[in-house]
Amino acid sequence: MMTKDINLSTLVIGYGNPGRQDDGLGPACADRIAELNLSGVTVETNYQLTVEDALELSRYQQVVFIDASLRGGKPFFLQQIEADDECQMGSHVLSPQAVVTLSRTLFSADTEAFLMGIRGYAFDRFEEALSPEAQLNLNQALDYLASWLQSRGKYRDHA
Amino acid sequence: MNLDKPKTRIVEIEPVTRVEGHGKVTIHLDDDNNVAEARLHIVEFRGFERFIRGRLLWEAPVIVQRLCGICPVSHHIAAAKAMDVIVGADALPPTAEKMRRLMHYGQVMQSNVLHFFHLSSPDLLFGFDAPRGKRNIFNVIKEFPELAKQGVLMRKYGQEVILHTAGKKIHGTGAIPGGINKNLSLQERDLLLQDIEQMKVWAKGAVDVAKRYTLEHLSQVEQFANFNSSHLSLVREDGALDLYHGGLRATDAAGNIIFDHVDYQDFNDYIMEEVRPWSYMKFPFIKSRGSLDGWYRVGPLSRLNNVAFIDTPLANAEHKEFRALTHNKPNHMSLAYHWARMIEVLHCVEKIHELLLDPDLQGADLRVTGERREEGVGVIEAPRGSLFHHYKVDKNDQITYCNLIVSTTHNNNGMNRAVTDVAKKYLGGKKRITEGMLNHVEVAVRAYDPCLSCATHALGQMPLTVELFDADGALIHSNSQHMGQDIPPD
Repeated sequence: MMTKDINLSTLVIGYGNPGRQDDGLGPACADRIAELNLSGVTVETNYQLTVEDALELSRYQQVVFIDASLRGGKPFFLQQIEADDECQMGSHVLSPQAVVTLSRTLFSADTEAFLMGIRGYAFDRFEEALSPEAQLNLNQALDYLASWLQSRGKYRDHA
Repeated sequence: MNLDKPKTRIVEIEPVTRVEGHGKVTIHLDDDNNVAEARLHIVEFRGFERFIRGRLLWEAPVIVQRLCGICPVSHHIAAAKAMDVIVGADALPPTAEKMRRLMHYGQVMQSNVLHFFHLSSPDLLFGFDAPRGKRNIFNVIKEFPELAKQGVLMRKYGQEVILHTAGKKIHGTGAIPGGINKNLSLQERDLLLQDIEQMKVWAKGAVDVAKRYTLEHLSQVEQFANFNSSHLSLVREDGALDLYHGGLRATDAAGNIIFDHVDYQDFNDYIMEEVRPWSYMKFPFIKSRGSLDGWYRVGPLSRLNNVAFIDTPLANAEHKEFRALTHNKPNHMSLAYHWARMIEVLHCVEKIHELLLDPDLQGADLRVTGERREEGVGVIEAPRGSLFHHYKVDKNDQITYCNLIVSTTHNNNGMNRAVTDVAKKYLGGKKRITEGMLNHVEVAVRAYDPCLSCATHALGQMPLTVELFDADGALIHSNSQHMGQDIPPD
């Protein structure tokens, strides 16, 4: 089979507020991925996840959400996530799990979903800059994600 | 009773879920376990007014969108309107004003739809007394899948309108000081026209759901957070609903005019803001009435109370029915916000349709300037109510002063009154707060669709702090919660 080696349909959504220091890690990472022009990879950025993301991601084979993380592993983590109809849902606070749940229940999507959290440290001020520590974490996360996306495409090709 | 005295028991309820952003409610009981007062606390400080200082005036409409990821267009347009004044653009070219209006109607539509379908519909469809596990969007999806899907698709349509007017779905650059930076191509127009009839059908259906709920539960709606207040909104010169522009009108609880057709450049002569020690959010009031009696509400309920009519036929017919419920007197029922909000969605869809058929949108005259000024105020009727942006700039075009009065701030007193009313009815004399009681408090807050967010939502961080005070007002416990996601350990 060879169909999807360079056309694996992947959506990358980086979200967060670049005006709030390290909260901008998600969009920053997504922007850098977009610059790489990886084949089959579509990149979106936003301030937060929204309900219509559920419709959007249903059109892809896989989705990677990228957000800043105040806690958890550093410099970053990447994990698969599943639908969870017990999770909370607001409009300013919509978890990736909630988006996946909406996508599966409303639009019958079977998109594989992954969450990348990049450890950040400074969130309190209005400032359009990442902290130096977060910048280092971003660089490592970016290297890993770019390789992962490419290998993921090849993996899918042989699956 | 002096509520600043610490000798009351304090029961805290948080988080308040399915409202915009983050807040907590404290309920203050007296020695007899009766509710003395309830307070909605805003625990996060925006600080945005300082952040914007020093930035260039033309940057403001873009930067202010960072206040919020859900209603950025409202801030975008309010700031642009203020900057219009500063650059001397007293009358925008028709193409510019109509493009901004189209953008704004798309924004109000999608925001109101999101609130109704995904935040409030569980309350209305399953009832306030349903267990928390039942009253959520995922059960709406299970039992009313078409309704849930409509909510997503209507919001998506509103976002498409924003994309083609602002240039981007989020944080676009369409509105600039003195005008707009793009018109609407025929291709874009035709794209948006494809779904407009469907949107109209769904919007009418949403009005019917909200109306039916109100009328079928009228005794509850009339009992629940129904209290007299004044109402503030923009109105068009002829008294019609106008979400984009107009003069300020304030009416009292009986519907009498307090002031009318006030040029919002002079709002400081009519509105003042009070600071209270327990909240970062200010408490605006009508100057002539004083801080105790001058508080007011804004938003869909206030707008429909204040206006004489709506200039689109379907929404106008619904408005007449809405007003007939209270015999054309002001409707003070907090739960009627939902019905009013859906009538506005229908109005927005009708206005979008009307504008899409207007050839002015393909015009080439996009921007105008005039006599330069150092100060400007922009006001718009945002989804949640009147939004004020006030700026001063220096001779180098740098912003030296910024004051924002957002819709939720205007409604601060109203929300506190709503929570107090509900707490007294449902919590008074009780020693334990049941989940059903908590639901009622949340429903009261949610009716106002408050936006308490400053858009920080880092993974693993739910910026909600639990604080427990003893009878002397001393903090005895503090805890924070984050969203229920599994975060790998360090």
